[in-house]
This record gives sequence, C-alpha cells and structure tokens, in this order.
Amino acid sequence: MKVTSPSHDSSSGPSTASPHPAAHDLLGRRSRRLEAVIEVAIRASAFGVIAALLLIFVFIGKEALPVFYSEEVRQEVDMRRLFLPLKLDGGSGFVWQPVATVPKYSLLPLFLGTLKATVVALVISVPIGIGTAVFCSEFAPQWLREIVKPVVELLAGIPSVVIGFFALMVLASWLQSAFGWGVRLNAITAGIGLSLAVIPIVFTVAEDALTAVPSSYRDGSLALGASTAQTAWRVVLPAALPGIFAACVLGFGRAFGETMIVLMASGNAATMSLDPTQSFRSFSATIAAEMAEVSRGSAHYHVLFFIGALLFVLTFLANFFGHWYVSRLRAKLQGKTR
Amino acid sequence: MRTGLTTLLAIASALLSGCGGGDAGKTLTVKGSDTMVALGGRWAEQFMLEHRGVVVQVMGGGSGTGINALVNGGTDICQSSRPMTDKERAQVKQRFGKEVKEIPVALDGITIYVNETNRTPSVTLAQLKAVYTGKITNWKELGGEDLTIVAYGRENNSGTYMYFKEHVLGGDDFAVSVQALQGTGGIVSAVSKDERAIGYGGVGYAVKVRELPVRKDESSDPVLPTEENVVSGKYPISRSLYFYTVGEPEGLTKEYIDWVLSPEGQKICKHEGYFPVARQ
Amino acid sequence: MRWLKSISFGAICALATTIILAMVAILIGDVVWYGRERLTFEFITARPRMGITEGGVFPAIVGTVFLVVLMTIAVVPLGVATAVYLNEYARRDSKLVLAVRLAIQNLAGVPAIVFGLFGCGFFILFIGRGIDVAGFGGRLVFGQPCILWASLTMALLTLPTVVVATEEALRAVPQVYREAACALGATRWQVVSRIVLPQSVGGILTGAILAVSRGTGEVAPIMFTGVAYLLPYLPDKLTSQFMHLGYHIYVLATQSPNVEATRPLLYSSVLLLLILTFALNLTGILIRSRIRRRLRTG
Repeated sequence: MKVTSPSHDSSSGPSTASPHPAAHDLLGRRSRRLEAVIEVAIRASAFGVIAALLLIFVFIGKEALPVFYSEEVRQEVDMRRLFLPLKLDGGSGFVWQPVATVPKYSLLPLFLGTLKATVVALVISVPIGIGTAVFCSEFAPQWLREIVKPVVELLAGIPSVVIGFFALMVLASWLQSAFGWGVRLNAITAGIGLSLAVIPIVFTVAEDALTAVPSSYRDGSLALGASTAQTAWRVVLPAALPGIFAACVLGFGRAFGETMIVLMASGNAATMSLDPTQSFRSFSATIAAEMAEVSRGSAHYHVLFFIGALLFVLTFLANFFGHWYVSRLRAKLQGKTR
Repeated sequence: MRTGLTTLLAIASALLSGCGGGDAGKTLTVKGSDTMVALGGRWAEQFMLEHRGVVVQVMGGGSGTGINALVNGGTDICQSSRPMTDKERAQVKQRFGKEVKEIPVALDGITIYVNETNRTPSVTLAQLKAVYTGKITNWKELGGEDLTIVAYGRENNSGTYMYFKEHVLGGDDFAVSVQALQGTGGIVSAVSKDERAIGYGGVGYAVKVRELPVRKDESSDPVLPTEENVVSGKYPISRSLYFYTVGEPEGLTKEYIDWVLSPEGQKICKHEGYFPVARQ
Repeated sequence: MRWLKSISFGAICALATTIILAMVAILIGDVVWYGRERLTFEFITARPRMGITEGGVFPAIVGTVFLVVLMTIAVVPLGVATAVYLNEYARRDSKLVLAVRLAIQNLAGVPAIVFGLFGCGFFILFIGRGIDVAGFGGRLVFGQPCILWASLTMALLTLPTVVVATEEALRAVPQVYREAACALGATRWQVVSRIVLPQSVGGILTGAILAVSRGTGEVAPIMFTGVAYLLPYLPDKLTSQFMHLGYHIYVLATQSPNVEATRPLLYSSVLLLLILTFALNLTGILIRSRIRRRLRTG
C-alpha cells in the first residue's frame, strides 16, 4: 500500500469534522520528530530481523565450510571420508565414530537412519493424514468436523518431548511384547512417534487443498449421479493432488528434521541397516547428543555444523517446494473457474 | 492487556538488574560426568547444608562435556569418570598456562548390568569385548539362553564410554549396533525392561537389574563389584573417579575438594553406591 | 458392485480418522491416568528432593516462565515491527519483501535443533566470547550457556510464527480504514498506530500466544544454549542457567536410573506440561476464531 504523506498545512487549525484528536499532533514539530524516530525504529527492527535470518544461513554455512578447505580439519575428515566408504580393519565400510583414536565420520549411516525413520513415519502419516482430511472435507457432517479438526490441532500443539516420552515409555515396551522384536528402540517405534508429529501437518495442508477445490466440481459430479465417495475419490482428490503432494513434502521435511522424538526413541545406534526393527541414528539426534562436548574449532565441531547445514538446506528446500506447490494448486483451481 | 505488559516488564527488569559477572566468590560450578552427577549432587547438597551462603551447582552432560567446559573456562571443577587425555591436558596448558590437577575422589567398579531374568553365570573380559565389538551375538555363547544379545552403551561424550573402550575393548571400536543412550540411568532403565539386554555403567546405579560377575580370564573366579573387590583390585574393571581443576585448587574450590576427600565426604560415596578412595 | 467400492472409500477415510482420534486419546489418556495422582499443589510449588523421586517441579516451572517471558519480550516487538514494515511501509512489489516473506515462511520448517546449533555457535561462542574478551577481560561471563542466549535462540525460532500471525491480522484490516485515515490527514505512523494496530491486536496476541506455547514445549534449541538439569537456585540473572519443564521430562525419561521411583513424578510433569500447552493453544485458537468470525460477519 502506497501511503503518501499528505502535506501539512502548518497554519490552519484542526477542522471541526476531525474524528479524533490526533489531528492536533499533525501540527506539532515534536510529534513529527517522534514519528520519524518511530519509523526509523521500525525499519531498523525489520532490517535487524532480516539480517538475523540471513545470518542464520551465513553463520551455519561459515562454520561448516572448514570441512572443505581447512588443512587442520581435513587431516581428520574431508568430503571423501564423509561420503565414501572408509578403510577399516576388516575391510571397508561406513562408520560414524567421532570419538576414537582414529575418528570416523561417515555420514551415510546417519543419512540412512534419518531416511529410514522418515519413510516409516510417512508410510503411517500420509494415509492417515489424507484419509482424515478427505473424511473431514467430503464425508463428515459439520458437527463431526468441529470435533476432528480441533483434536488434530491439539495434537499439533503437543510438544515433541512429550511424544518422545510416550514412544519411549509406552510404545516401545508395548510394541516389543506384541511383536517380539529384538530391539525396543527402533525405527518403527520412533516412526510411529514421528507420525504423531507429522499427521497434523499433512492433515492441515491436505484439508486446505481439498476445501480449495471449488464446490462446482462436486456439484457437477453429484449431478451426474455419482455418490459422495465416488466424487471424493475420482473428482476432488485428483483435483487437489498437487496440494496433497505438497502436504507430503512438508510432512517429509518435518520428519526429517525432528529431534526430540528420535533422540529418545531411536536407540541412537549408527547402523547401516535398512531394517525398520533395528535402531538407527539420525542427523538431528547426532547434533543434539554430541554438540555439548565438542570444543570450538575442532574437526568434530565443524562436521556437526556441516550436518546442521545439510539439515537446514534440505528442510528449507522441502518447505519451499511444498509451499510453492500449494500456491500453484490454488492458482490453477482459481484459474479454472474463472 | 496493560497489566500483562507491566508484569512482563517487571519480570524482565528484575532479571536485567542482575546483569553482570555474578558473585564468583560464593558459587562453585562443577560440571561433567553423568556417572558422577548423583554422587556430586549429594556432595554438593551436604556441603551446602554445612556451609550456609555457599552455592555449589552440579551439572552433568558427560565427562567429555565437563572437560570441554574446563578447557573453555566454563567450570571450576570438572568431574570425570576417565582420566584426561594428553591432548586435553595440553589444551588446558595452552589456554591457561597451568597444568591440570587430577584428584581421585572415589572408586568405581564398572558394573555389567543384565536383566533380572538373565541367569548367565558370568562373563570374561574377552567375551565382554567380543559382545561389544559385535563378535558374540547370542546369550547361549556365554552360557545363557538362546536369545540375541542387545547391547546398550553410552553416547560418545561419556567418560564411561571412553573408559570401557580403552580398557575392555582395548581401543577397538564399538559395534555399530550398540545402542547409544544418554546417561547411565538410561542404560539401567533399558536393561531392566529388556530380557535380552546387556549394559555397563557405574556401580552406584544398579537398581532393578542384575550385576553380572566378571572373570578376568578363563581361569579366574567370577567377581562382583563389591567394595572389597574394587578397593583391592580384584574386580578387573575398576576405575577412579576424578575431579579436575586448572592448576592447584584455591579458595572455595580447595575448601570443597578438601571436604569431599575428608571422612565425612567419603562416607557419602558409600551412600551412593561408590567406594571411598584409598587413603593417601 | 459399485456401491461396495464407494462404501469402501468412505469407510477407509472414516477408519483413518478413527485411528488418529484413538492415538490422541490413548496418549492423553495414558498421561492423565498415570499423572493425575501426583499433580498436587505441592508438586507445583516444591523443589525436587531425594534425587528427583520426591518433591515437585517448581524450579522447572519458574525457569520455563522466565525463558518464555524473555523470549516474548524479544520476539513480539521485533516480529510485529517486521510485519508492520513488510505490510505497511515497504513497497508492495519489492523483491526484497518477497524474498523476506519467503525466508520467514520457510524458516518455520527448519528443525529446531538447527536453531540450537546457531544459538550455540553464534550467540555463545561468537558474541558471548566476544563480549567477555572486550568487556570483561576474558573472564567467562556471557560466553557460556545462559538464559539470555537460550531466550534469544527461542525468539528466533518463534519469530516466523509471530510475523505470519501479525501479517495475517494486518492484512485483515480493510484498506478503506487506511484510506479514510489518510484522507483525514494522518501520517503513516498515525495510521498504523491508531487504526491498523489496534484492529490487529487479536492477531498479534494469537501469534504471541502460539509462540509462547512453542517456547514452553520446545526442548532441542535450549539443550546446549542454557538449560541445566538440577540447579540449587532459581535463575536470577541474565547469565544464569535455568531449569525447564520440557528438559526435565527429557532427562527423567531417558536418564533416570530408578524408573519405578521417578515414574509418578515424570508422568505428572508431562501432564503439567500438556495442560500448560493446551491452555495456551486453546486461548490462541479461541482468539483467532473470534477474529475470523468477526471478519466474516463484519
């Protein structure tokens, strides 16, 4: 909004039609200076915030860079050793063991671990989240909708430490006695916990996408004799697909970066196994567990920042694509009805 | 809304008024080993009861975290369940120009925890190493039942982790399948819930789990980490628990450490399940 | 046969809904069931005793409150100022505005631990150490984890929430209001401060409350920027460390050796945290829905 400051006539007094006494201040020089100060303060805060946001990008990147160029750091770890198999006694492999006489920094076990949990979480939360969203937008009567939506929003508000606690104390033992697994804390336990955090996101975005589908689509389908279920499955869902896809992408971003649930329920073992009933170690849990003990400037410190930068970039991109898809969907739907 | 704002500002100004360096004379900071955090906390509690006006705050985070804090100047005393490495001592020397002072304050026997239902008679050091490097994977190889072994260990910032690695694994790496948990309490908790589990940690934490007798080698007798066995050295995996300071301790730090080493302080060791350090 | 397929899809969706409702019910039910016996007045006002098996969580509550208060003081003015700038002062078609909005929106999805990393590396190790070296002769004052840095880290974390909520509220103020005020000769700041902001108070409040709720529950960013497990005193300076209800739960759940003994306290702590977060969230949601309803009808 372009607000052009009206020119002040310093000689005339306030008009009798003025609705508020502020018109008085127009004329005082003191208040004009105050206004200028305030405006500067607002601009300064806003720019300060913008600078802070940029700073986050820059600083994390800066502390991650020595992995690329510093001689001292590269003695312990370099890009090759982060990503390619390491030479070990007994062959080669990928090992994450930063505290050792010969520190080992393979990122692959951490990446696989994070991915494993994310996949399990998505496998659970995508069907449930989308199913619930479809139910709310297509099938449920208003009163039921007003129960389900707040409940899911309530779930969204549950702190992740509580979900982690639930996974560790309740789910782990219950699942182990039900399925007889060897290991209590594994990708399925953590995955179910993660899904509790991801479902609200998938639900919200999917439900938004579904309700954005114009009612003319539904009306047309019903008029042609289709049932509500058929309309939902064949008409509305396909129309909202980009938004649903976006919901999955956003859910992926959330699951990939989640810390507390995984820290508590994953067992934190840096295995390379893809078996969901085995423990795993995720990127964020690694940072959380190891950050306190590293000394600034050590190779371990820089590698942790490198992981942080990786997490940052991946989740930022996931979010970016998710939101972009949603806006594209909205434009497409609105374009079509025009 | 205005009252809310005023309350906010009141609390904030209360906090802001306390800005600054703080009264370093009256507060002692102790950081480090999770193994020692309960013991350290009890020492602090008792010391504060007898010396009013003094505050001793004890924080865990692992021996590695404590040593790091000592290097960065973030703590007065570092509790550690392992000796500092040469590299770490050099860092302190470089930073402060003084050597670290290593003070053993208690004795501990690294206990091997197994679930209460686990009837395996004992384990040798060699077998222990094989379990934690992934070479032995079933309890029946140790004389127990036919169940997979689930090995629990500590995170790599833990002194106990480092000690175990050095003295039991001989410097070899842990198997990647060893679960890394926070704090000895975490291990005990996990072992108590899982009949297949094995874990290690300080002797003061063994609640609702069974302590597995350890044999030095095939021909030795199985030994439990009792006071007699640990103090005499009969238990093969005993260690000292340390306080570290930068240079000789002085002032409140010295007072505290002297008190900890006194008979009164050492009595608390036994209370927490550890053992008093040998008379010097 | 077609009706069989139709029933199936509807039924599947209903099943999905039931599953999620059941999961929430189980979680909350479990916590309430085991937590209610210890959630007494003593629990809220007493300090932990006997190695956390007795007593209460008062210091953790105090620490959480202080953290959140400091965080709110930092984030609300900055967030509102940024939103006001973006919406009222900056040019609509500015590329900078677009970039900033994008950055803020997507920052909301960045994991909390990354903020913790930033807080540790930047605030503590860089700025804090810098202040110490410059102003205190190298003595360790600000270059260590404390409530100041933890609250600034949390402020950064919740900034997107506040900015987005404020922008939503600002945008909801009809343009005619601004135009009318301008026509009467008001300056830009007068328009903002006397017309737009008062109308947006509800939205700003919602944003602040949602931020507070997140600050109460989020643990990862404070783990190495200032929280501690057992402190003998309450935080009284900006450079103190503090206890936190969420962190307390984390430590009790993962590191408590005597699970049976600490279980009741752990459950009660969780119940308390849930009650706090729910109350805050509910308030925020109620305010937001009242605003939206007012906009729809008004």
